[in-house]
Amino acid sequence: MTGNSRTLGSAQEADDVARRRYLESTGRRRFARFWREFIRQRPLGTAGLVLIIVMILAAAFADVIAPYDPTAIDFADLLLPPSPEHLLGTDNFGRDVFTRILFGSRTALLVGFTASLVGCTLGLVLGVVGAYLGGRADQIVQRLMDVLLSFPLIVIAIAVVAALGTGEDKLGNVIAAITVPIIPRVARVVRSSALSIVEMPYIEAARSVGVGAVRIMFRHVAPNVFAPYLIMLTAFLGQAILLEASLSFLGLGVFEPAASWGLMLKGAGMQFLERAPWLAIAPGIAISMAVFGFNLFGDSLRDALDPRLRTG
Amino acid sequence: MVGRLLLMIPTLVGVAVLTFVIMRAVPGDIVALRYAGSSVPQDVIDQERHLLGLDRPMWEQFVTWMASIARLDLGQSLWTGNPVVEEVQARMPLSIELAIIATLFAVLLAIPLGVVAAVKQDTWIDYAIRVFSIGGLAMPSFWIGIMMVLVTLTLWGWAPPLTFTPIFEDPVANLAGLILPAIAVGYRYSAVSMRMTRSTVLEVLREDYVRTARAKGLRESLVVVRHALRNALLPVVTVVSLEFAFLIGGLVVTEQVFNLNGIGKLLVDAVAHRDYPLIQAMVVLLASVFVIVNFIVDMVYVVLDPRIRYA
Amino acid sequence: MLVLALVLAACSQTAQPPTSSVAPSVAGGEKAAPGGTLTFVVNAEPPSFDGHRETTFALLHPVAPHYSLLYKFDPNDLTKVIPDVAAEMPQASADKLTVTVKLRTDVKFHDGTALTADDIKATYDKIIFPPTGVLSPRAGAYAVVSAVNAPAKDSVEFKLKYPSASFQTNLASPWNFIYSAAKLKGDIKFYEKNIMGTGPFTYDGNTKGQDWKGKKNADYFGKDKDGAKLPYLDAYKALIISDANAGVTAIRSKQAMIEFRGFTPQQRDDLSRALPNDLAIQEAPWICVNYVVPNTTKKPFDDPRVRRALSLAVDRWAGGEALSKTTIVKDVGGLMRPKGPFAMSDTDLAKIAGFGKDAAANKAAAKKLLADAGVPSLSFKFLNRNITTPYEPVAIYLINEWKQVGITATHDVKETSAYLADLRAGTFEVALDFNCDFLDEPDLQLAKFWSANKAGKGLNFAYYDDTKLDGLIDAQSRETDPAKRLTLVGDIQRYAMDEMAYQYPVLWWYRIVPYLNTVRGWKIGSNHYTNQDLATVWLAKK
Repeated sequence: MTGNSRTLGSAQEADDVARRRYLESTGRRRFARFWREFIRQRPLGTAGLVLIIVMILAAAFADVIAPYDPTAIDFADLLLPPSPEHLLGTDNFGRDVFTRILFGSRTALLVGFTASLVGCTLGLVLGVVGAYLGGRADQIVQRLMDVLLSFPLIVIAIAVVAALGTGEDKLGNVIAAITVPIIPRVARVVRSSALSIVEMPYIEAARSVGVGAVRIMFRHVAPNVFAPYLIMLTAFLGQAILLEASLSFLGLGVFEPAASWGLMLKGAGMQFLERAPWLAIAPGIAISMAVFGFNLFGDSLRDALDPRLRTG
Repeated sequence: MVGRLLLMIPTLVGVAVLTFVIMRAVPGDIVALRYAGSSVPQDVIDQERHLLGLDRPMWEQFVTWMASIARLDLGQSLWTGNPVVEEVQARMPLSIELAIIATLFAVLLAIPLGVVAAVKQDTWIDYAIRVFSIGGLAMPSFWIGIMMVLVTLTLWGWAPPLTFTPIFEDPVANLAGLILPAIAVGYRYSAVSMRMTRSTVLEVLREDYVRTARAKGLRESLVVVRHALRNALLPVVTVVSLEFAFLIGGLVVTEQVFNLNGIGKLLVDAVAHRDYPLIQAMVVLLASVFVIVNFIVDMVYVVLDPRIRYA
Repeated sequence: MLVLALVLAACSQTAQPPTSSVAPSVAGGEKAAPGGTLTFVVNAEPPSFDGHRETTFALLHPVAPHYSLLYKFDPNDLTKVIPDVAAEMPQASADKLTVTVKLRTDVKFHDGTALTADDIKATYDKIIFPPTGVLSPRAGAYAVVSAVNAPAKDSVEFKLKYPSASFQTNLASPWNFIYSAAKLKGDIKFYEKNIMGTGPFTYDGNTKGQDWKGKKNADYFGKDKDGAKLPYLDAYKALIISDANAGVTAIRSKQAMIEFRGFTPQQRDDLSRALPNDLAIQEAPWICVNYVVPNTTKKPFDDPRVRRALSLAVDRWAGGEALSKTTIVKDVGGLMRPKGPFAMSDTDLAKIAGFGKDAAANKAAAKKLLADAGVPSLSFKFLNRNITTPYEPVAIYLINEWKQVGITATHDVKETSAYLADLRAGTFEVALDFNCDFLDEPDLQLAKFWSANKAGKGLNFAYYDDTKLDGLIDAQSRETDPAKRLTLVGDIQRYAMDEMAYQYPVLWWYRIVPYLNTVRGWKIGSNHYTNQDLATVWLAKK
C-alpha cells in the first residue's frame, strides 16, 4: 500500500489498479507458492488443513463409507458398546453411532459453511459500506451493529428457532440463528480495516474521476479487506459448528431423526452417560476435532496472510 | 468521552425495541404454557391473559413498558408474579462468583502460558501451548463439563453439589459446586486470553525499546516481565473484561449441565415461558452490562495508553 | 481428560447389566422410625404457591405437605379414598343431590386457629365459583355443584344439579388444598405467595429456583395405626433440578434420596448398577398417555379412512416392548388406562383399528385404506414438542412405522410454547399430544374428546364437532351404575378411536421411581400427583 498519488486518467484505469493490487496477492503463481510455503512453514496449520479435508471427504462420501443407514432403527441392538461391527457402538434406537457421526459431519459442515459465509459476507458488505459512506449512514450501521452485539445470543437463537420452527427440512432456520451474531463481529473488523483503505489516495483518485460509489466499494475497497475476511471466515466456521452443537444440545437446533453431533450429545449422550459413555464421547470428539481443525488452519492462515492482524 | 457515553443510549433503546418486537413475533403464550398438559378450558386461559394484560394492543403494551422503564421500574414476572428485580437478584451471586472464579482460573493459566509461547516462538513448546489453547476453543465447554462429571461419578461416585450455597455460609460447599463449571468455561476463556497474550507479547518483543533493553544485556526474563508483559497486558484486559461481561448470562448450556441456578438459566426459562417483562428487563440489563464494560475498557485504554485520545 | 473418559468407556463395557430390580422397600412389618430430613428432587419451581390455580405437579411435590385435603388417597392402597380433614366418608341424600361431609374437630392451621366448616366452604367456593380475577382451571370438574353450604361448624353440604358418578372421588383431588376462610377473606390471592395450611409440615422457606423447605408440624392431627403422631420426618427439602440427567446425578451422588415423578428404565439400570446396595425401585402403570392427533380440518385428515390408516400402521404391541427398554412408555391401551378400572378387555381392544396383534395384516389394511382415500404416498409434518422423554422416542417410532406403509412424516419439533401455540391455533397437520391425570376417571380422560366448539374448546386439538360423541360422554358422566357406565365408556372408545378414528393413544406411560432405600413408607401410585403429603414417609437408619 504505497503512496500511489499519481492522477488516474479514467475509471477504467482506476479499476485496473485495483485489480492488479488484488491479483498481486492472489495470482495463480503466487497462490501455488503460498501453499508450498504454508505447508513447509506451518505444521500446525497443515494439520488443521488435513483435518478439514478428512471431514469434507467424510461428509461427501458418507453414503459410501457408512456401514449402516443413519436412521435405521434396530431394537434388537440397543446401546451396544464399540465392537468391530459397530465401531463406535449403537445408540438407544440401535442406530450405528459411527454412521451417525459421519452423517453428522454433513450437518456440521453445511451449518458451518453457510452460516459463516453468509454472516461474514453480510458483515463485509456492512463494514465496507459504513466505512466508505461515513457520516450518518455509518453511524446508523454502527449503532445497529452495537445493538446486535450486545443482544444476548441465546435470545436471538430461541426467537429465530421458535418463530420459524426447526426440523429436518428447516436447517436454514438454525443457520439463520447462528448467522445473525456473526454479522456485527465481522462488520466491526472489516470497517476498521476498510477505514484505512478508504483514505488511500488511489480511492480518492478513483472518486475524482467519477467512478461510482458502489463500484469503488466492491472493486476497490472490498478486495483489500479480503485477508481479514478470509481469516474470520475460517474462525467463524469453527464457532458456527460449536454453536450448532450448543443449540442442538439445548433442544433449539437440529432434530431427530436427523444426525447432528450436538443432538447426539443431548439425547442419548446425556441420558445414558454412565451406561453408554461412547454416546457422549464420540460426538464430543467429533465436534472438537472439527473445530480444532478449522481453528488451527485459521490461525496459521492469519499468520501467513497478515501477521499484524489479530482476532480475539 | 461524554459523547461516547451518550452513544450508549441509542444502542440500549435499540436493544429494548428489538427485544420487544422479537418476543412478540415469536409464537407462544405464557398462559397456555402454564396449563400445558392439563384439561384447562379456553375461557380460563382467556381470563388469565386478560388479567396479565396480554390481550391489550401491542403498541399499548410497548408504551406502558417504556414508561415504566423510564421510571426505572422493571415490572413483574408474569410467571411468578414477583418483581423482576427480585428474580434477577436471587441469581446474581452465583453468576458473578462463577464469572470471577472462571476469570481467575483463565488469567492464571493464560498469561504465563501465553508469555512462554511467545518467548519460545516456533519451538515445540510454543506448538504444544498453542495446541492446548486451540483445544480449549474447540471443545464445547458443556461437553468438558459432562466429561468431568462422568469421571468424578464413575471413579468416586461424587458429583458437584447441585444446589448453590452462598460462599459466606459454607465456603467449601460453595467452591465444590462451582469449581468444575469454572474450569469448564475457564479453559475456553483462557484459550482466548492466551492467544491474545502470545500475539501481543510477540509484537512487543519486536519493538525497538525491548531490543534496546536486550542489547543492553538485561536478563531475558527481566526484559519480558518488565517491558513486554506490562505492555501486553492491555489487550488482555480487554478480552478478559469482555468475556466477563459475556460470562454473566452467557453460560446457558454449562448452567444446565451443572444445574446451576444462574442468570443464563433464568433468561432461558423466561424465554421458554414467554415471560415478556422478565425477558425484556434481562436483555436490557445484560446489554447494559456489555455496553458499560465496553465503555470502561475504552476508558482504561485511554488512561493506560497515552497514544490513544478521545476527542 | 479424553484418555480418562475412554478408559471409563472401556470399563463400563465389562460391567454386567443388573440381573433384576431391587425389591420395593415398603415392607409392612417394619416399625417406622421418627426423625430425619427427606431430600427429594422436583424438576421445576412452582409458578405461584396456590394449588387451586396451578396445574403442574412441580407445585404439588414441594407444597402439598403443607396442606390437608377433604379426602385423600390411602397411602397404603392408592385406589382407595380415605378421609383427610373429613371425619368420615361422604353421605349422599336419597335423591343423590345433596352430599354431606362431617369434619374432624381437632384440626388446626399452622397459625393455631381451628379449622371449621367455614374454611371448607371458602376453599370450595374459591375453586368452584371463583370471583372475577381469580383463576380456577379445574372449576369445570365441579360444574355439577350448585352450592356449598356450612350448616354446622363440623359439617359441609354440597348441593348437586344432577347425580354425578365422579363427584365424590373429585373431593380427593390433590389440588384442593384446604385454605383458611379468614386469610381468603383478607385477600383472596393470599395463597399465591403465602403458605398457611393444616398439613403435616409447616413452611420453612425457599430459595428461588433452587430449593423448598418444610418443617414438622408438631400440632398435626394425623396419627398412624399405633397411635403415634405423624409426620415421622423432622423436615424435608425439595431440590429444584430441571435437567433430568442432573436429577439422576443427584440420586447417584446421594445428594437427594428420591424423585417422585419417575426416571427412564435406563436411568433406573444406571442407578442400580452404581448403587447396588442402596437402591430401591418401585414401578407402576401411569395415567399418562400420548395421543396421535390428526387435524380433522386439514385435508386429507378429514377422511376417517386416512385417520384409521395412520392408526393401523402403528404396531403398538411391538412398540411397547421395544420402547419400554429405553423410555417411559409400555402398555397398550385405549382411552382409559390399561388394567385400570375402566380399561377394555384385550379382546375388545384388539378389534379397534391399530390395536390388533397381526401387525402385517394391519399394515396391509392401512395401505389399502390410503389407496382408497386417494393418498397412497401420504406425506405430512408431524408436530412434536422438544422434550426428550418420552416424546422423542415415541415420535421416532411412529415415523418409522408410518414409513413402512409409504407415509412420509417429517418430524416437526418445536419448543413447548410454540408447539402449544400451533395446537391451539390448529396450524398443524398431525401432532403428538399428551395427557396426564390423577385418577382413572372417564370424565377426566375423555375431556379432550368433547366437540371442539363446545366443552372441548382449547382441549380437543383434532378439531372435530360431533354431537353424537358429546351425547355419549355426557351420558356416561351422569350414569351412576358402574356396570352401565363401563359399557358406555367402551362404546365411546370404539366410536372415537375406531369408527371415526378422531385421535388415538400411542402407548401408555410406565412410572419407574428408583430411590435410596432409606426412604420408607412411600408407595408408588398410577399418577405423580396424589399421595404427596409425606405424613407417613420415614427414613430408615443405616
